[in-house]
Amino acid sequence: MADENGKQTETESRPCHQTVALLLVSLRLAALVATSTAAGLMAFNKETKTITVAVVGTNPILQSFTAAFQQTPAFVYFVLANALASLYNLLVMLLRPCLKNRGRQVLVHLLDMVVFALVVTGAAAAASMAELGKNGNKYARWNPICDRFEAFCIRGGAALVAAFIGAVLLLLMNAFSAIGLTCKNEASNNN
Amino acid sequence: MSTATYNLTGMAKVVRVFFLLLRLLAVAATLCAVIVMATSHDSTIVFGITLEAKFQHTPALVFFVIANGIAFIYSLIVLFVPSTSLLSRSIIVFDVILAMLLTAAIAAAGAMAQLGKKGNSHAGWFPICDRVPNFCDHVMGAMICGCVGVVTFLLIVFYDIHQVLSPKFP
Repeated sequence: MADENGKQTETESRPCHQTVALLLVSLRLAALVATSTAAGLMAFNKETKTITVAVVGTNPILQSFTAAFQQTPAFVYFVLANALASLYNLLVMLLRPCLKNRGRQVLVHLLDMVVFALVVTGAAAAASMAELGKNGNKYARWNPICDRFEAFCIRGGAALVAAFIGAVLLLLMNAFSAIGLTCKNEASNNN
Repeated sequence: MSTATYNLTGMAKVVRVFFLLLRLLAVAATLCAVIVMATSHDSTIVFGITLEAKFQHTPALVFFVIANGIAFIYSLIVLFVPSTSLLSRSIIVFDVILAMLLTAAIAAAGAMAQLGKKGNSHAGWFPICDRVPNFCDHVMGAMICGCVGVVTFLLIVFYDIHQVLSPKFP
């Protein structure tokens, strides 16, 4: 950094308000709740249907079909990304007293952006899979599955909504954290 | 911003030129992604029926083309904006927004590409890449350009953050 600690530069002349720190902590808590909800909903997303495929004499032959999140790599990545994001947010909130140093605040801000990118890519990949499962693709002869596995689709959709909410919260947190990095922290009570 | 003398050290000049080149690379990468994906078209004949594979059939690939198109136009405009104080702050915000848009686009296209290549046996979705290899090659080329574009935009965002934290240039 080119400037010393004592000299006031143009970008560091505004004082930090307590409300910025409080807003950042509440945004991080809300993002933690949202991403952990998304990861949990998708991780327990499984539906099994048993239907009769043939009748031999009077005995029906049953076959069970399962729809689980492990069958689609996009959903596996979705669960991993959201779990990682919620673990990271939990860790940062627990380690808040250790993060008064300015260098560490910059590191937390950069890791925030990495985690935000993870959540966004997970949500985008899962959303494209969900759209395909709901509408199918008649050109590739891929039939939709949501008409048969309704509970699977509803739970997956709820997980997707929670992940998008978490992504928006993480974006807001990144923006406010960037503003918070440029204000003068005398009491060093930034997030 | 101060109107002091415009003294840039040699290292700072090199860094500045490097990031100007990065913006040019962003223009090239996004344009390449748009063109390669938009020209992906292949057809095959199965049991007397002609099956066509176009990028318009898949909403994720359409989103990829649109996102890279927006990023291309934005990168072109940014090249001609002088580094004045007021506008450069908005450019930082737009850089971050577009970087995230591009990562989402490449994630969605990547999910579709993996499905087209491997299929999903549990859902009865068969892979299509063995039947329309030209289409799959085009999609892969467009995704490589898209990856380069994403990395370039992320490096530009890092440079913007560095500029915000410690402005060295007036």
